[in-house]
Amino acid sequence: MAVFNLKVNGKNVSVDVDADTPLLWVLRDELHLVGTKFGCGIAQCGACTVHLNGVAMRSCVTPVSTAESMEITTIEGLAQEELTPVQEAWKELDVPQCGYCQAGQIMTATSFLQQNPQPSAEQIRNAMNGNLCRCASYNRIEKAVALAAEKMS
Amino acid sequence: MKTQEQISFSRRNFIKTSALVSGGLLIGFNFMTACKETAIPPVDISQLNFQDFNAFIQIAENGYVTIYSPNPEIGQGVKTSMPMIIAEELDVPWEHVSVAQGDLDTENYTRQVAGGSQSIRRGWDALRETGATARQMLVNAAALTWGVDASTCTAADGVITNANGDTLHYGEVVNMAATLDIPEEVSLKSPKDFKIIGKDAINVDMDAIITGKPLFGLDYKAEGMKYVCVVRPPAFGQKLKSFDGTAAKLVNGVTDVVQFGDKVAVLASNTWAAMKGKQAVKTDWAFDSEPENSALHDEELQKLLNGEGLDVRRDDGDVDKAFAEAEILLDRTYEAPFLPHNCMEPMNFYAHVTADKVHLVGPIQTPAGTANRIAELIGRDIGEVHLEMTRMGGGFGRRLYGDFAVEAAEISNITGEPVKVIYSREDDMTAGIYRPASKYRIRASIKNGEITGYHLIEAAINGNMWNAIAGYFPADAIPNYKVETGNYRSNITTGAWRAPYTNFLAFAEQSFFDELAEVLKKDPVQLRLDLLKRVPDQDNPEKYSSKRMSDVITLAAEKANWGKTDGNTYQGFAAYFSHNTHVAEVVEIKMNNGEPQLEKVTVAVDCGIVVNPTGARNQIEGGVLDGIGHAMFGNFSFENGLPQDSNFNTYRLIRMKDTPIVETHFIESEVSPTGLGEPGLPPAGGALANALKAATGQRLLRQPFIQSLRQRKTDLDA
Repeated sequence: MAVFNLKVNGKNVSVDVDADTPLLWVLRDELHLVGTKFGCGIAQCGACTVHLNGVAMRSCVTPVSTAESMEITTIEGLAQEELTPVQEAWKELDVPQCGYCQAGQIMTATSFLQQNPQPSAEQIRNAMNGNLCRCASYNRIEKAVALAAEKMS
Repeated sequence: MKTQEQISFSRRNFIKTSALVSGGLLIGFNFMTACKETAIPPVDISQLNFQDFNAFIQIAENGYVTIYSPNPEIGQGVKTSMPMIIAEELDVPWEHVSVAQGDLDTENYTRQVAGGSQSIRRGWDALRETGATARQMLVNAAALTWGVDASTCTAADGVITNANGDTLHYGEVVNMAATLDIPEEVSLKSPKDFKIIGKDAINVDMDAIITGKPLFGLDYKAEGMKYVCVVRPPAFGQKLKSFDGTAAKLVNGVTDVVQFGDKVAVLASNTWAAMKGKQAVKTDWAFDSEPENSALHDEELQKLLNGEGLDVRRDDGDVDKAFAEAEILLDRTYEAPFLPHNCMEPMNFYAHVTADKVHLVGPIQTPAGTANRIAELIGRDIGEVHLEMTRMGGGFGRRLYGDFAVEAAEISNITGEPVKVIYSREDDMTAGIYRPASKYRIRASIKNGEITGYHLIEAAINGNMWNAIAGYFPADAIPNYKVETGNYRSNITTGAWRAPYTNFLAFAEQSFFDELAEVLKKDPVQLRLDLLKRVPDQDNPEKYSSKRMSDVITLAAEKANWGKTDGNTYQGFAAYFSHNTHVAEVVEIKMNNGEPQLEKVTVAVDCGIVVNPTGARNQIEGGVLDGIGHAMFGNFSFENGLPQDSNFNTYRLIRMKDTPIVETHFIESEVSPTGLGEPGLPPAGGALANALKAATGQRLLRQPFIQSLRQRKTDLDA
């Protein structure tokens, strides 16, 4: 066990865990931020997506030790006073079915739109392809990313 | 055909009311069953008694309404649509309604199961009557306040108005209403007067979902809770011979390693430690039944198709005679593999077994049955079992089986600690309960340009279609019609998977009709319409209606411009009735560098009244893409009892780049609503196969299609 100093959603926190513990389980079990989801554990489904220094990363394969000096943002830290344009778009289009994968979808979409604020339809489909939705709400996710881009422009 | 109209009913026994100490009216009710004579709703909102009532409506002094809806939410939208039905008849603005998850299981709850797309269909009348009764009580209280006859008052949008134009808000009369008798008779709205039903209402959990609030079973935590991973037999047919937990106990955070049955539980202070501890458990397994593999299943199912030991499900006319007299015989066999459910939220459950109670929390589609099973297994009275349902990260049938909840209870019963059993993805995919592999052989006889005989044989694993399915189209449309089934008993655990049996049967039959149309030189849409013309319409929710089926077929064909597309667009058609709902689909494919590319699916649906259009479209979009995804990619096999895939690196699910756009059209209807969670799925595979045939010339008889399509590409490249 070792102490790691993390900056999560703007707050400094320290956790005492094994160095190989994936960030996902530190967030969920130690910091009680359960919005970040466990889906596959091998970076194949995207349910665990968080931002490290603004870039979408799979927290299930990111050891806590590598996240130490980075700004970590989770779904809980996305909205400040108000919902973000991405969350607004998700709400407006009534995207979720079971809802389990949607935090990861929103984190991927948010990071993508920061890098590419005016994406083409094909770019959206490529960017979101790494996030699985077992309910297959893909049509609405695709539309919501486009709508969010519109809201942000 | 029966439509909903202004009706009266007398069901005062299923509703009870109380005045809340904090002010306001509380209405407790039970779907379809009477409340116990002695049951009284609590006067404190924090003490909702779900043992006697399965749902509550609270109307506060400010007129705001909270509906405590207990039906499990697996993503099918009932947590939104069921309260909409109550609010419609109560006649309050939807903005004044909030929905809370009722936290419990009860012995009185008649339909506390989410499955079979039945929640809305079964709850429709009871929910409307409950809302209407509440409205009438408020009207009666207002009338009493004014000293006028209640029949001279009307209620709308949370306001009661009398003949003089005086008004009272619902909130102003709730305390008086709580003291009144429950009305014997109330009337329901005419569907044309609906204000909430038929309008889009977004998911009531939306804000919690998009901001990451704890909602799901995996998010649940309790003081002192241990995280548990379980070592289960890796192959079907294996039993635990011995294990050594020494190394596991040395893992930081692991607190205990215990055996239960043929499994070993690793308890830890966090999930990661439990996962690492599980890897460190040394186990020795022995086969106590024959290990099976997919080649054996193929062989056994093929034997069944050849006619050994079959059960006759339906036998109209004389199929043998029709075949003997046929000019043309068509004989095809369709094959499908096992499929895991792969809910995005892996199986998990919390249990704390103590001297005075058994506390269970988690995502489960069958709370009552699971609570009973656990009570029996650990020798406790069912009254001591308290089961809370969480939101579910998908179900697809998997959470009908409470095996994971039973595991949690068994472990807590041994250690006495609060435990949360967590499946890794590998556990979830390999621990069992799959859509069974199956094969269908269909034969048809043709004479004088007509289909004279139709013989379907189902060969499946561990079970067969229920009888109603044997009565689906083309039953009644072909004079000599026979359905037989047979099954092979396997030690691989199987169960319901979204649209059981029909999820594959529809593909087989809808592909077969396409071939029949080819042989008969008829348009596939026209062939179906012609066959349906022979069937008298019937108003029986368990059977297809020839009129409603013809209407969805016509609507889908019209909306998709069936047969009138440009040269590079290829269409495939399918129509199917299941879960009391009629659906027709047109899949469109374009060829891109010789590769088929899915563009669009046009869907026509008759599910009666559409309660929540946005939710309904969501279910259809999801069901269609689920059907396409599994027909295209879903493959799961066994070698020596060992599942051959265990995670998404090799097991392929549909992803965004694979998806066409789904465009849904609903038939306008005033008929009581039917299910939507499943019926969109069955026709999708058939419509896709027919479109792929049109595009590539290749007739696909075996799922997943990706294998044949890859072979085609290899052949073309060579």
